[in-house]
Amino acid sequence: MSWDIIAIYATSAALIIGAIFAMVGAIGLIKFNDTMVRMHAPTKVGTVGIGALLLASIIYNSVIGDGAIHSALVMAFLFVTAPISANFIAKVNIHKRSCDVPPAPEGDDTWATLNVPEADREIEPQKDGAA
Amino acid sequence: MNRFFAWLFPHPLLTLILTVVWTLLQNQVSAGMVVFGLILGTIIPILTSRWWPDSPRKFKVGKMISYCLLVIWDIMVANVEVAWIVLTRPNAKLRPAWVVVPLDLRQSEAITILAGTVTLTPGTVSADLSDHGRSLLVHALDTDDPDAVRNEIKNRYERRLKEIFE
Repeated sequence: MSWDIIAIYATSAALIIGAIFAMVGAIGLIKFNDTMVRMHAPTKVGTVGIGALLLASIIYNSVIGDGAIHSALVMAFLFVTAPISANFIAKVNIHKRSCDVPPAPEGDDTWATLNVPEADREIEPQKDGAA
Repeated sequence: MNRFFAWLFPHPLLTLILTVVWTLLQNQVSAGMVVFGLILGTIIPILTSRWWPDSPRKFKVGKMISYCLLVIWDIMVANVEVAWIVLTRPNAKLRPAWVVVPLDLRQSEAITILAGTVTLTPGTVSADLSDHGRSLLVHALDTDDPDAVRNEIKNRYERRLKEIFE
């Protein structure tokens, strides 16, 4: 068995694994009913799904094509930036009070998102997200 | 001489990363591109150094690499777990919970890495920091014991990050 054939099998395996994980992420997004819970599925299962798809690209291009090391960069940036979007979705949820109120922090007074300056307290959004 | 180097390379690691990223972006290694990457890697840290106040003095690269490998392994294992929860667990039986993690880490870089790690390892998302950065708010997808989640984050990740940065 030559390297080409092994590489094609490895590429196919990575493609299938990546596609399955991406699909599970999409299913989770539809299935869960609460925003905080819903956020879990696509931000992470999706990350590994895309990671596996990029791995397929790296394997295929480094054996058959002309090298694709910059796919590794896509993966690195993806892993660095994915937590940020999850973090912002969570912060918006806490800010709009559309999830359970988190327990008080240890060592400090309040959470950064809930820390509203005195002057702005009146225009705080209400529990139903009206404001 | 030492002070000149400290001025020229305020963040040696950032210089190295920028050079490597630039070279990788070209998709082929040539001397000219490496030199140009080095120039970029020298200029950008100098121009942005004022936005990097009190950057960590110590940083153990070897331990950071083993930490990365551990996190990548955890991501893969935990992803299968979450995929299983997504496919088999009905919504009514999910037990989402807030977990408060008191932080021993003080450097913002270390806390950022910890928060990113917590989010990337499936089942937990870091949601917020307390107003002075002494606790991290984590949302767990499905847990019957929030204390166990907190202890795992503290023992598995925070302890290692403390070794890397201190």
